[in-house]
Amino acid sequence: MAVQVRSAFEAILSPCSELSEDVTYPSVKRWRESHPGGHAIGHFQVYFPEELIHAAGMLPVTLMGAGSRLEAKQADSHIGSFICSICRTSLELGFSGRVGFLDAFYTTPICDVARNLAGIWGRNFKGMTAEILYLPQNANAKQAVPYLRDEYARVLAELERISGRPIEEADLRRSIGVYNENRRLLRELYRYKRETPWLLSTTEAYVLAKAGTVMPREDHNEILRSALAEIPNREGRRQDRVRVVFEGGFCEQPPLDMLQLIEEACYIVDDDLLIGMRWITDDVPETGDPLYALAESYFERSTYSCVQHDDRKPKEEMLLRRVEASGAQAVILAAAKMCEPGLDEQVAYQKTLEAKRIPFLLLDFEEKMTAFERMRMEVETFVESILFD
Amino acid sequence: MSVTQAPAPQKEGELVGRGRRDGNRLFKEWYAELDAAAEGGDPSAYVFVMGSAAEVLKAFDLNLVFPEINSLQMAVRKVSLEYLNKAEDYGYSTDVCGYVKADVGMHLDGRKHPNGRIPKPSIVVATNMCNTYVKWVEIWQRMYGCKVFVLDIPGQRGIGWSTEPGSEQFENDRRYVQSQLEELIEACVAVTGKPFKIERLQENLAHVNRMAADWSAVLKLNQNIPAPFNAMADGLTYMGVLSAYRGTETGARYMAELREEMEHKVRLGLGTIAEERFRLHGVGPACYSYFRRFLELFQDWGAVYVNSEYLAYAGGGLDLGIQFDVERPLESLAEQLLITGRRSMSNMFFSQDQLADT
Ligand code: SF4
Ligand code: SF4
Repeated sequence: MAVQVRSAFEAILSPCSELSEDVTYPSVKRWRESHPGGHAIGHFQVYFPEELIHAAGMLPVTLMGAGSRLEAKQADSHIGSFICSICRTSLELGFSGRVGFLDAFYTTPICDVARNLAGIWGRNFKGMTAEILYLPQNANAKQAVPYLRDEYARVLAELERISGRPIEEADLRRSIGVYNENRRLLRELYRYKRETPWLLSTTEAYVLAKAGTVMPREDHNEILRSALAEIPNREGRRQDRVRVVFEGGFCEQPPLDMLQLIEEACYIVDDDLLIGMRWITDDVPETGDPLYALAESYFERSTYSCVQHDDRKPKEEMLLRRVEASGAQAVILAAAKMCEPGLDEQVAYQKTLEAKRIPFLLLDFEEKMTAFERMRMEVETFVESILFD
Repeated sequence: MSVTQAPAPQKEGELVGRGRRDGNRLFKEWYAELDAAAEGGDPSAYVFVMGSAAEVLKAFDLNLVFPEINSLQMAVRKVSLEYLNKAEDYGYSTDVCGYVKADVGMHLDGRKHPNGRIPKPSIVVATNMCNTYVKWVEIWQRMYGCKVFVLDIPGQRGIGWSTEPGSEQFENDRRYVQSQLEELIEACVAVTGKPFKIERLQENLAHVNRMAADWSAVLKLNQNIPAPFNAMADGLTYMGVLSAYRGTETGARYMAELREEMEHKVRLGLGTIAEERFRLHGVGPACYSYFRRFLELFQDWGAVYVNSEYLAYAGGGLDLGIQFDVERPLESLAEQLLITGRRSMSNMFFSQDQLADT
């Protein structure tokens, strides 16, 4: 019986794990085949209001690099070597023709590299809309919400042009509903991770969540619902492991092997992996002007990341709250190589944790790294130092 | 002295090279003022060369500190390494922007810059011209608890995207920027305890108008053969004055005199080297830690930088010869911030749209 229960969960998990590692985007291709005349719209990390794309009946696809599964051969001749890996391999996805199914590609001004990507993309992949969705950088400006609302309207008009059909308010509300449901399910997934990490590992939660970046959210909701139904039936014994928060996966994603090796020694009880999917922390109102509701939620019902400055959300305090809320004992402070915002923030986090005497381990990573022996030793030593302190 | 009057006749030897001499003197005086402000604890604003909002800040008599210029000066004076090492020992990665780290090292060292002491920030204004600005100001916010103001100037969204004043998009952007300027003014009132006087802002805008008109004329004069100045070498001095003295009578006068010098050189056919064989257009900044050698590398071959993108984006966009409408100061400032700010940003991110025109 136990074996059967476990395989039910694994039957859900396994295709998600495969999708997570597959840079040929099979689920997007299947969607396009089954939707003749349909359109797929790509966007870069961290946050994009996918509801706009969804409401147009199009498929949103998150581009987040390609890990070690794609060498940035052509991209390297177009951008500098001092650029983070996620930007280089995302560009390589374009050069290698792997994302030729996209009708448009959006970036946001999260950092100099990401916003620059729209220009490079447009120059090299002609015939595809390549634009910046301008998320206001002054989160504390009185006009930030109305300005963003109008920017969403601008993007919506472009999406209408691509899809060739008007997008009504009712379409947007329906999409907001689907995404609210998705965010609720993801919060539930994270609750399991936090409360019973022995029943759901971070790697598992991660691939389950990531599947949503390459398929319609209704399908993803279905997957999450089935997975959540199975989790309580899983077998797993609580172990005496250190509970840690993993911070630093907001944009470039760490390799799965890295997460796994941390999990061999600790429970990761909260993290900022794929934070864009969970950026909005409460339901977006399904009444009133939907664009305004989305814009307001971006600022007012949202979590934090080092690519947003908001005086109301000092990042080190937000991290402390995350640590406290998850009952973590320690923090893994990771940062992607060549990532200016991440590396700058790492120092601030480090100083705060030192002052609060919360143990932490600094780890630099690259999505394409394949050798982990040194990291494994660092993690083990770190965990031992906490256990035997 | 009013700049509209002809400057007093000078001997030729005094006129040629005056821009550089005066520029260096003004630069020293500016650092001396900062040193005095550090001593007296006077309110100071940290700003960036691209979108400094100097017109507003100077209406409150705030001393302006340009951290990028501080870092650049450390590089030119070959002392950056010491500061970089301090910042890296503190925790900053080797991958982080060198300007940020040199600055952090200087702050950790008690704000002792080789050009003088630097006052603490009372307020810092970061535009979005470079996203690193925003990360940089967070560092000072943590160090000093100073007020941080992110002045957001929305930029070009894609290749070929442009908006003209009067269009719906431009007006929407303008309203957003203008309302932030109003909030910036409120912040300055709170920080300095001084009331806002619109006439002060209008005066500052008028100074910039004169400065911009002369600066754009100076740039055009370099189309002559031989070019009267080297856009990388001399341009750096001119740009320092453009930033530090933006919105002041001194800055406007300096630029009028510079124009006079350049016109004089053009009349006499004076260039910067014996034989100008190649005329170069610079894209991106120079290598400041080996600045002299960098320049010689080209001069030795008879090559002169006759223009540089740097003069456009790091010169606060004044190359366009912008003119504020001082009768509607805030609205006009918002418009020009958008036009020049976009030019600076697009220059970096969508350079293909602009390089072809230069
Ligand atoms: S990893 Fe960092 S530098 Fe790279 S795109 Fe993301 S935020 Fe920008
Ligand atoms: S423009 Fe370059 S050097 Fe200047 S702050 Fe930004 S990243 Fe640093």
